[in-house]
Amino acid sequence: MQDGDSRALSVGTSPFLAGLRAAMPLWLGITPYGLAYGLLGQTVGLGAGGTLAMSVFVFAGSAQFVALGLLGAGASYASIVLATLVVNLRHLLYGASLAPHLQEQPVRWKAAISFLLTDETFAVVAGHLREQGTIGRDFYLGVGLSIYLDWILSTVTGLALGGLLPDPAALGLDFALPATFIGLLAQQLRGLPAWAALVAAGALVLLTAHLPGRLGIVLTIIVAATVGWGMERWLSRC
Amino acid sequence: MAIALLILGMAAVTFLTRYLLVGLLGERSLPESLKRWLTYVPTAAFAAIVVQGTLAPQGTVRLDLRNPYLWGAVAAALVAWRRKNLLLTIAAGLLGLWGARILGGV
Repeated sequence: MQDGDSRALSVGTSPFLAGLRAAMPLWLGITPYGLAYGLLGQTVGLGAGGTLAMSVFVFAGSAQFVALGLLGAGASYASIVLATLVVNLRHLLYGASLAPHLQEQPVRWKAAISFLLTDETFAVVAGHLREQGTIGRDFYLGVGLSIYLDWILSTVTGLALGGLLPDPAALGLDFALPATFIGLLAQQLRGLPAWAALVAAGALVLLTAHLPGRLGIVLTIIVAATVGWGMERWLSRC
Repeated sequence: MAIALLILGMAAVTFLTRYLLVGLLGERSLPESLKRWLTYVPTAAFAAIVVQGTLAPQGTVRLDLRNPYLWGAVAAALVAWRRKNLLLTIAAGLLGLWGARILGGV
């Protein structure tokens, strides 16, 4: 009897389950993105298998949307991989702040933790880290898998919804992707430097539209981010 | 098959950015200026794709008012500005595009 009680208690407070639960409120924010991503995958010719495989193996929301945008624009695969790298460079920030707490872990755990390191996982784990001072490996795994599961399920649901539509391109659904990015952009635009980066990106992408393989988009991202950063530095000196 | 290579390439570079500091370099902090620069990458990337998809949809630049994508973008931007709701923004963009196609005959 006492054994049963203590087991029940340990299940109720298991760090893995606590992690799964801690990430659940974020499902509300992630699910619409997964649905939109799954719906849009087929409009750019990625196919159901490719759309799902990207969510399973890449597991990086922003980069996956950027990849769809570039596929729709007819970019070369090299441009898309390069853009993925640039868009995902921000993960270096997360890695840098988690690394001091993970040095004891064996390589395979570091690899698993790295694979699950998304913006959302980091947001939950960083909060936990502030409160508890450590990252429990099982807690982290619960958070990461919770988000991974939701990303895959919402992608599959989006794919299923997309399959119900007769001809996505005739409905103008090729524009759903730029419209999605307008929504994503609205969440990023805070302060003058961000607006400067936006204006620079708009001008540069048109000026480089003729470059082969849509390489212009990659150049644009790098230069426009530098414009935003330069503006921030300039403002901080005034 | 080619798509599989694309996904493999994307998966590899994504994992690299996540594993580099956790698994290989360990406790090494990034320079402050790199951290600040990185915060502008999403804005730059999203803006590039919006402008490309709206004003140069097929690779050629279309800055005229008869471009229906332009009106879709205006409608989406208005909704995105007033409400930070992704699905409403997408719906507004599509309605703007359909409206421009019907009214403008484009």
